[in-house]
Amino acid sequence: MTHDEIEFARNRLELISFRIGEQEYCVDIMAVREIRGWAAATPLPQSPPYVRGVINLRGAVLPIIDLANRLGFGVTEPNPRHVIIVVRIGNRVVGLLVDAVSEILTTTADAIQPTPDVACDAVKRFVKGILAVEGRMISWIVLDQILPDQSLEEAA
Amino acid sequence: MDPMDAIKVTFFQECDEQLAELESGLMALEEGEGDRETVNAVVRAVHSVKGGAGAFGFEDLVKFSHTFETVLDLMRSDKLAISADAMHVMLRASDVLADLVHAARDGGSVDQGRCDALMEELDQLAQGDAAPAAASAATPGAAPAGDEPLYADVEPDEWGFVPLRFVMEDEPAGEEVWKIIFTPRAQLYAKGSDATILLRELALLGDCEIEVDDTLVPSLDTLDANGACMAWTILLHGDKDEAAIREIFEFVEGDCDLIIERTTISAAPAPIATPEAPPVVAAPPVIAPVAKQAAAQSAAAADSEGKGGQAAANATIRVDLERVDRLIDLVGELVINQAMLAQRVAETGVARSSNVALGLDELEQLTRELQDSVMAIRAQPVKSVFQRMPRLVREIATATNKQVRLVMDGEGTEVDKTVIERLSDPITHMLRNAVDHGLESTQDRIDAGKSAEGTIRLAALHRSGRIVIEVSDDGRGINRERVRAKAIEKGLISPDVNMTDEEIDNIIFLPGFSTASAISDISGRGVGMDVVKRSIQALGGRISITSNPGKGSTFTLSLPLTLAVLDGMVVSASDQTLIAPLTTSIETLQPKPGEVRRLGPNRSVIAVRDAFVPLIDVGVALGFRKEAAQPDSCVVLLVESEGGGRAALLVDDIQGQRQVVIKSLEANYQRVEGIAAATILGDGRVALILDVDGLIAQRVSEARAETQLAKAG
Repeated sequence: MTHDEIEFARNRLELISFRIGEQEYCVDIMAVREIRGWAAATPLPQSPPYVRGVINLRGAVLPIIDLANRLGFGVTEPNPRHVIIVVRIGNRVVGLLVDAVSEILTTTADAIQPTPDVACDAVKRFVKGILAVEGRMISWIVLDQILPDQSLEEAA
Repeated sequence: MDPMDAIKVTFFQECDEQLAELESGLMALEEGEGDRETVNAVVRAVHSVKGGAGAFGFEDLVKFSHTFETVLDLMRSDKLAISADAMHVMLRASDVLADLVHAARDGGSVDQGRCDALMEELDQLAQGDAAPAAASAATPGAAPAGDEPLYADVEPDEWGFVPLRFVMEDEPAGEEVWKIIFTPRAQLYAKGSDATILLRELALLGDCEIEVDDTLVPSLDTLDANGACMAWTILLHGDKDEAAIREIFEFVEGDCDLIIERTTISAAPAPIATPEAPPVVAAPPVIAPVAKQAAAQSAAAADSEGKGGQAAANATIRVDLERVDRLIDLVGELVINQAMLAQRVAETGVARSSNVALGLDELEQLTRELQDSVMAIRAQPVKSVFQRMPRLVREIATATNKQVRLVMDGEGTEVDKTVIERLSDPITHMLRNAVDHGLESTQDRIDAGKSAEGTIRLAALHRSGRIVIEVSDDGRGINRERVRAKAIEKGLISPDVNMTDEEIDNIIFLPGFSTASAISDISGRGVGMDVVKRSIQALGGRISITSNPGKGSTFTLSLPLTLAVLDGMVVSASDQTLIAPLTTSIETLQPKPGEVRRLGPNRSVIAVRDAFVPLIDVGVALGFRKEAAQPDSCVVLLVESEGGGRAALLVDDIQGQRQVVIKSLEANYQRVEGIAAATILGDGRVALILDVDGLIAQRVSEARAETQLAKAG
């Protein structure tokens, strides 16, 4: 193995990319548990609009986050073609509602560009970096702050 | 985990069991219920702790348990009378022993002064009471039991091992034994009998000393392989019937010479000259104590279990709780899946009598049974909580200078482990209250013509699908005048309210009634009872009090048997299916026109038999719809909050009653106002379980409700 190859293996990142509207985003594949079709969620009272409700995943109750709405887009009107990406955030398992899953990308940490400084809180908060792949721009989402922060939400 | 650590963990687990056995044994003895076996069990418990502690090098623990064991041993050999005083010291010693074990486990330290003081008391017990008796009974040659230091003045050897000196049990002098001389003839062997088996049988009757007479064994070249040349002399201890001994030899009677006689032996056992004894013959005495011990243990277990109202304990295995929880989760899912399947099949219009439908019915039965059995795995007797309480009561009694007797009942009552874990704090709190505030001081009791010793009763029982815990005392009861005065002083009630006795009793549960400093001078109860009440309510339980002035008070708390399932009323509101806990539901009504009145700009009340109850539109309260529904097209569910307040929940429809599996929302999300938990319905969808108290409190922000509305719409 050459030095470069070792470096590559060390920095290797596997990401799952998906679409929200016309834009492309991705998350670390290690966080993803499974991908499933949209199923009607039970709405939760007293929750922010981007929390679509809860669904039953083989006996576990997990919240569904409308990722588009969380990132500041409008509320998604889900249809059966929408996809839920089940991810693990800390100890919690959460479903992310997205338009469609595209592919698995293999890249290295070096290839991630820092997020350009745009005047948008949602971008600053959730986009960790930008990946350029064959002329496409894919934003890497950090999941840590996707769930509503109770203390913050109540203060707001 | 390091294998040594794993062994240590096992040791401490066993220690806990031994300590529990020790305490219950001592208490039985104190009550005068114990027999010889109880004493043995107690000694065994301390001995096991000492043995393990020695292996792990917990010096303090070894030292203390050794002193303790010495005293107990005196008791076992009847050199120390089982007196109330002695038992009191021993019970406290068992507390210290428990502390030492926990200190060894968790790395903490113990009150050295207390430990030393108790060692002193134990020594006094051993020497004071026992010395005269022991001196007369002591036999020459036998080491006096007790004051032998554990590590005699022996230097560690070159590898650092300190030789241990064991105190050997001395034989009581002049014991009567059976002497059996057994000389088989050749025919005995020719007929296929075996002397070894007979000797083993004998050993089962009692402790045996078996001596072989091998003087007739010829040298090998002249040996007749089919002959018989050995004889045995057996000293059988105990007062077994001669017939029982004869019975063993019944089938070989004609083939051997048998002499059975009653004889007295001196205490110093005759040296047993059996260097060449065949190992098989040496085996019986070894087997005997083991068998005896096993029998004793099961007897002890049966005894203690019997008290808890249970049959003798069967064999048990230790299982990691996580595995059981996983199993319970899986079975829960199976139940949901089965319900889904049944619903789907029903939707296809299959006839009820078809094979598929019949098979599904059977499946339903099986899954129900499976669920019950699995829940039973996690059910545990409340004993594990109760057994910590005697110590607590002893300590508070000592601290408050009162004489208290704790009577426990129904320790065998079983309840789910999740509930058990959370029972401990409320019970502790209530007992502390009962001793501290419920019981009068010794002098006051005598003045009131009661026995100096106060009695506190802690009982558990099953009642209509719930577990009920009662804590009662025979103290002075609640001083209603003072409670009322205090409540008025604190502004909790207005002075001109006319209250029933019951209502006054329940004041003590009001938050704010009891701050610790304010209560110590109140001659009733009340330290933090609101805390108890809240923790009980959090478990879906209720607490109540009845008091009889001069005779005592009783706290009764009732809890669901499990926190994993809940009986609920399935309702719908704004197209959402919701579950209202059945425990809070009182009745359902169909409101008639005119019964619902507006109160203020956006609140309504409903008349229920002349009383006006606030009406809560569940759909609006949860933000599923904005406009309140027309009451006359809806159903009202009358509920009672844990605080006793009533409310009427307005829902679109009531679908029925169902047992549901509780799923936490917090596990993957967070707490939601007005919602207690979630569950999964037969169609696989999630339904929310209403938090009735939260709904009544109505801390629902309008703004939030609107954002939700936008989404739901």
